[in-house]
Order: sequence, then C-alpha cells, then structure tokens
Amino acid sequence: MDNFTVGVVVFPGSNCDRDVSWALEGCLDIRTKYLWHESSDLSDVDAIVLPGGFSYGDYLRCGAIARFSPLINALDEFVKSGKRVLGICNGFQILTESGFLPGALVANKNLNFICDDVELDIVSSKGGWFNNVDERQTIKLPIAHGEGRYHCDSDTLKKLVDNELIALRYKNNPNGSSFDIAGITNKKGNVLGLMPHPERACDETIGGTDGLFTLKSLILK
Amino acid sequence: MDQFAVKVFVRLRPSVLDPAGEATKSASIKLGAKGIKSLRIGKMIEVKIEGNGENEVREKIDLLCDRLFANTVIEDYEYSLEKL
Repeated sequence: MDNFTVGVVVFPGSNCDRDVSWALEGCLDIRTKYLWHESSDLSDVDAIVLPGGFSYGDYLRCGAIARFSPLINALDEFVKSGKRVLGICNGFQILTESGFLPGALVANKNLNFICDDVELDIVSSKGGWFNNVDERQTIKLPIAHGEGRYHCDSDTLKKLVDNELIALRYKNNPNGSSFDIAGITNKKGNVLGLMPHPERACDETIGGTDGLFTLKSLILK
Repeated sequence: MDQFAVKVFVRLRPSVLDPAGEATKSASIKLGAKGIKSLRIGKMIEVKIEGNGENEVREKIDLLCDRLFANTVIEDYEYSLEKL
C-alpha cells in the first residue's frame, strides 16, 4: 500500500480534484497524483478518480466532450485490467457518456441546482465500495448538482436490478432519478459512478465521515 | 469537393421528462398564450462540411450525430442537408 497511487484526473473545469486529493492524502494517507486530461499514460497509477466539476464547461452535455480526451480513451484498457475507477458527480456523467456505465444524467426535475446533504441506502456493495456489513446500511453524503437525474430505459433498469449494479438509492429522491438511483457500478464492480460527493464527507469537522469507506476502498485489489 | 450546409436537430426522447420545456410552457401560459398543449426544448446544430457527394457527407454527419451531437440513451436526432 506504501506505493499505491490514486490518479486524480484534471479536466479544464474540474473543481473537486483538490478536494479528492485532500481527502485521500490528508484523511487516509493515500498517495495521489494529478493526471492532466491530455495524458494517456496511466502506467504509474493504481486506481483513478474522475472528480466533480464542469469539465469543458458542460458544453453540449455534461461529460460529452471529456469523453473524447486522450485520458478517457486510455481508460478502457485500465478498466479491463480490473483496476478501480471512481467517478464522482461530473465523473459519473463522464462514465455514462463514455459508455463505461449505462444510462445518462439529465437536468434535475425541479431545474434547481441542489446543494444538500442526503440520506442514501446502500443497496449493493458490489466491488466493495460500501460497508453494508454493519447493521446500519444508510449513509449521509453531500450532493451538489444541477444535472443529476439518473435516466435509463426499463430494460437497462431491469439489468441493473437483476445484476445488483445499483449501489446507492436516495431515501428522499431529490432530483427525479429513475428508481431513486444515486450510484451504480459496472458488472465487474471495479467501476463506480455516483452523484453524491464522498470526498466532502471525510472529516467530522466538515459534517461527517460517511465518505471515507468509499475512498478507502480505492486501494482494494 | 461539394460543400453542404447541415442543420442537425437534437431532441430529448419523448420518454424523457423535459423540465426546462415544462417551465417554458408555464411561462408561455403566464404570458397569455392560449392553447399550448406541449412544449419541449431541443438543440439545433449548424454544420458546414465538404465531401465527395451527399452520401459521403451523410456518413460523416451520421457518425457525428451518433457519437457526439446526441446521446442516444436520452436523445433523438434528425438533420436536413443543403448543397451550397
């Protein structure tokens, strides 16, 4: 674990990259390295976080332009090798736009940018991203998004349910997401995308530590 | 090489809720417009492109629409093409 390094991707318009790095380094003592989006060399990182923000100004659609960056092109092989990728907020949008995760994220039902703490049910811990062993299987994480309404067709939703790919559901759906979905994984479990921000819940002094487990699980093999 | 002006229309699929369209519909009614049954907002993209004939240009535009202009999980697209 000493040399384990998490790559934190920086797109033009990313704004949670430093928060992620702070949470990993300062709270968990996990080494990080910023990866500029034009880099395609992922050889010296062991896991990757696509942080929140507004990559490329959210032009066209959230995550649509980021998908064509050299780094995202290189991500396919990284994911296939079984290494772990965590997409938070805009990172989740990028993962759906680029096809690593199914569905899409569209404007919140009430059109508001919602900034709040939300209660989430841990539905599945496929890939070991969440602690669902304890009795308490609800966590509280902050959300901050204008386009976080998860949408997919009914066939996709059935596949998500049948394969236990739904990781998190909102207790009180804030944005109109299908089936209250807040986060999903791929089939293998090594890719997680979620709208809530675990990196903003890593220290009691800023409101909670329910995000620590997910960030810590980046180092799982 | 022929040059074409292409107008691409991208729309949310009918099954996807369009809250911006709903809000605009509500404002339209407040303005006093009567009889509005539905209002949905899409995008229009104008492209000038050259290629060897219409078929080749259509192939290029199809690729752009499928891979970039629209996210076919939530959006449909159509386009019109005019030779310049």
